[in-house]
Amino acid sequence: MSSPGWRSGVLARARPLTPTARSLVFTVEDWPGNEAGQHVDIRLTAPDGYQAVRSYSLASAGFGAGSADQPELELVVDRLPDGEVSPFLVDELEVGDTVELRGPLGRWFVWTPQQTRPVQLIAGGSGVVPFVAMARAHAGAEGAAPMRLLYSLRSPADAFYRDELSSPTASVDTTWHYTRAVPAEWPRSAGRLTADDLARETLPASARPLIFICGPTGFVETVARAMIELGHADDDIRTERFGGI
Amino acid sequence: MAVFGGRRREENPDLPPGQHLTDGFPVLSAGPTPRIDEEDWAFVIQTETGVTHRWSWAELLALPSEDITVDIHCVTSWSKLGTGWRGVSLDTLFADVETSLEFVMVHSYGGYTTNLPLEEILDGKAWVVYEFDGESLDPEHGGPARLLVPHLYFWKSAKWVRGIVMQDDDEPGFWEENGYHLHGDPWREERYA
Repeated sequence: MSSPGWRSGVLARARPLTPTARSLVFTVEDWPGNEAGQHVDIRLTAPDGYQAVRSYSLASAGFGAGSADQPELELVVDRLPDGEVSPFLVDELEVGDTVELRGPLGRWFVWTPQQTRPVQLIAGGSGVVPFVAMARAHAGAEGAAPMRLLYSLRSPADAFYRDELSSPTASVDTTWHYTRAVPAEWPRSAGRLTADDLARETLPASARPLIFICGPTGFVETVARAMIELGHADDDIRTERFGGI
Repeated sequence: MAVFGGRRREENPDLPPGQHLTDGFPVLSAGPTPRIDEEDWAFVIQTETGVTHRWSWAELLALPSEDITVDIHCVTSWSKLGTGWRGVSLDTLFADVETSLEFVMVHSYGGYTTNLPLEEILDGKAWVVYEFDGESLDPEHGGPARLLVPHLYFWKSAKWVRGIVMQDDDEPGFWEENGYHLHGDPWREERYA
């Protein structure tokens, strides 16, 4: 296995997803493609040689919207208030600019079309990004087992990829859960995900789903524990935490 | 063209390449946090002859302990300097262990594993710790007890540790089979295989 080195990525397209988050599509020469759920490191270099590296989840699978000849990858950066790298990537990086990329990284928190079990995805906030990649890989796979997504987010304005996830042709069944503010005429009030919510809005243990949970550490801890109490086996739950704390 | 300025300029000589400081506590784990009662907890070291050395929770706490202040480096590029722990040196646990094998596989509650050369966890380089910052170790940070091998990336410091099995070769553990480096020295940026 060769050591993944740094490759140049050129920003091909970018669009805001929310007031703080931006989707970035890079063309990367020799990008080998990636499985849904993997991440990349980005390295930025200042004119004086100072470098900063951060990891970001990929929203794309395979060669993204590109091809083997012209591979693309898509990632999402959410601007952190005290961030050093994320404000630059969200507010400043321009189409045509080059960054260095390393990856694809991680082989555990991935979904592949060979997976035959039903899949339950549970996202907290920007933890939805690897699940967008999984939903896209699922849409391109014939005869794959059912995939459901429970997406917990603060308010309607915080949604990533709402149109894509809500599309009538989406192959993934998405349930939206709001913790702070709900859309007009929403049947439920805002509040944190509870064990009752999870029991009602996720696949039951009897369906033996493979479960992926991604979000801030506290969210992942709470949800993983609740899923075990609902009868799911530890071994059926894969988690990815971010935020560092 | 946008020009990256960078803001923090962390010229700290204690910071390995590619790392940046955090005041938080890096968390990297693959599944749910196991909950282990101290009554049910045990730590074992198993050698090639089949001999098993075993410590209950009370027996671990009765061993001589050390206060350890070290820098920790997570492969996801966070570092935290000057973290304070309390626990038992692996030198103490290996004092009566006879083995001719040079590698270990560390096992955790929850099923996770990580591989290490034996020499990397002896001579004051590794501990089984049960306190962080003077408090009992939270389950989400690896409690009741975790391995602490601060000179390697923090995934080697296995949370929820339950034992060590001697092995012939440096067979990969869980993260090492999933794309991470077999060794994991932060000063050489041994992040990924």
